[in-house]
Order: sequence, then structure tokens, then C-alpha cells
Amino acid sequence: MSFLHNYIYYIGAFGLIFIGLFIMAVKRNYIKIIIGLSILETGVNLFLISIGYIKNGTAPIFSNAGIAAENMVDPVPQALVLTAIVIGLAVMGLALSLAIGLYKHYGTLNLIKIKEQKW
Amino acid sequence: MRKLSIIIVLIIIGWGIITSLQKIPFGSSRAKLADHYINEGKEETGAANIVTAVVVSYRSLDTLGEVTVLFLATIGLGAVLATIKRKSERESEKASLILSTGCKLLFPLILLFGAYIFIHGHLTPGGGFQGGAVIASAFVLMYLGCHEEKRINETGSILSESLGGLVFLSIGLIGLAIGTGYFLNNFLPKGEFNTLLSGGIIPIIYIAIGFKVGAELSKIIDLLMEES
Repeated sequence: MSFLHNYIYYIGAFGLIFIGLFIMAVKRNYIKIIIGLSILETGVNLFLISIGYIKNGTAPIFSNAGIAAENMVDPVPQALVLTAIVIGLAVMGLALSLAIGLYKHYGTLNLIKIKEQKW
Repeated sequence: MRKLSIIIVLIIIGWGIITSLQKIPFGSSRAKLADHYINEGKEETGAANIVTAVVVSYRSLDTLGEVTVLFLATIGLGAVLATIKRKSERESEKASLILSTGCKLLFPLILLFGAYIFIHGHLTPGGGFQGGAVIASAFVLMYLGCHEEKRINETGSILSESLGGLVFLSIGLIGLAIGTGYFLNNFLPKGEFNTLLSGGIIPIIYIAIGFKVGAELSKIIDLLMEES
């Protein structure tokens, strides 16, 4: 039980990362690959946040005077993830625009049928 | 066969991760750097939200790079979609009166909420990136709900994006010119702690980022919606 209590966030984060990697490697539909990329990204963000967590921690914001600095969680991963989420959104927009271009050019999104893609 | 080989590769990666992660127990104490940010950040930056202090003050050069990445992704999306032939207008049913009136009523309120989030970025959870995303969500509502007003104002979008970037850069260069002289130096007075006018250049930079991110994300939505 203490193993689950200690590692449940890591297990969840890497579960998401492996699901995303598996989808990206196995699926042949371009839209499904983008979905896999999105799941992978969520897993990486969750992993970064959970690495900065401390037991019974609070958000690193001094919103009133009574908050103790000892209980605050690590602010650096949160600052990284904050920008990574927005950049992930923009990158997904770029990938979807490439999907529109592929479909207009080849008439399909299956990467096997598009002849330049072998595997 | 392909799936099997990928599962084997994933198991090898997982084994490597498990062995290395056992040295980083979950919920242990903070690193030294985080201790410095939390204990000294209040006095050094004047921002109540330490995450904002890290994003905009300690690591503001990185934030400038991230804003550039967002800008480049938008440029790339526009360049990819510009080469594709535009489809003829798809016929669509007009939205009902309740839907279009409701989204017209909600649109300014969502914009106001986004502006609130990025103006109060140094006091409460939130900031320029989140506020910009909320503003872009208002445009999504407008596109889905009100069919007759399809386009965003092109000039306004370009203006707010360019002005946001320019304000960010020029504040950094002013910081280089005066005071102790390093890029993005916090040269303004810190003000009273935990009030709206505190934190020196942090609120100004976050407002600029909010405008820039909001304009870029709504432009991405505009380009993708116009194409479909």
C-alpha cells in the first residue's frame, strides 16, 4: 500500500506517456498520431508537476500573511509546465494544419497509403 | 509483429525509468533553488505569486524564448494553410436566436475574465498565458455560436500581437540601459506587497504576454475554422 501511496503519480504519468508513445508508434492515421502526441504531452506535464510536489504542500502564492513558506511546493516545474501547455496547444494547431494539407493533397490520412511513408 | 517490437522497446524504456526514479522519492523536500525562490522571491521581485516571479522575473529570458516558439508555431500554421486552396463556402444552418444572443452576451464577459486573469497574474493563480487562452476561448464561442460574424478583426489581432512583443522586448532593453544593467532588469519600484500595483515590471510584462498569446491563439482558431 505504501508503494502505491508513494508512486501513484509517477505510475499515472508514465502510464500516460507510454500510452501516447504506443499510439504514436502503432497507429497509421495521422489524426490518431496527433491524439497520441497530446496524451504524451499530458503525461510529461503531470510527471514534471509531481516531481516538484512535497507532502501536504500548498501552492507557492503568498496570498495572505499567515501562509508558511516551508509547506510550499517547488515553483520551478510549475513555471515550466505553465508555458509548456500553451506551446503544446500551438504545436497541436500546427500539426492539425499539416493534417489539413495532407488530406487536401493525397485525399487520405492513412500514412501507409501515402507513398512517401514506408512504415 | 510491429506492436510486439514496440511493446518490447517500451518495456526497456520503462525499466530504465524505474531504476532511475527510485532515487527521486515522491513528495520529498525541495531543491535548494526552489528554497531560494520561495524564501527570497518575495523581497527580490515583489510578486506574491512565486510561479509568476519565476516565469517573468528570474527566468524571463526563457519566457521570451517560449513566446517566440508560440509565435513561430502560428507563423508556420499560417504558412502551411496559405499554400492550400480555399474551399468554397460550406452551407450551414443559422444559429437560433437564443444561441446567438447568449454567445454575444457572454463574449465580452469572457474577455473581461481573461483580462482579469492576466492583470492579476502576480497576485493570484494565473497570468499572461492562461489569460490569453481564456481570451481565445471567447473567440471559439463566437465562431461556434454566431455564424454571421465569421472573421476576427485582422488589424486588431496583428496590432495587439506586435505591440505585446514590442512592449516585452523594449522593457527588457530599458532594463539593460539603466540601473545595474542586465536584460529584463526589474527597474521599476516594487510597490506595496500583495497589491495590484506591485512587482515592478512583472504586471506590465504579463499584460503584454496576455495580449500576445490571446491574439496568437485566436488567430490559430481563426485560420483553422476558416479552412474547414
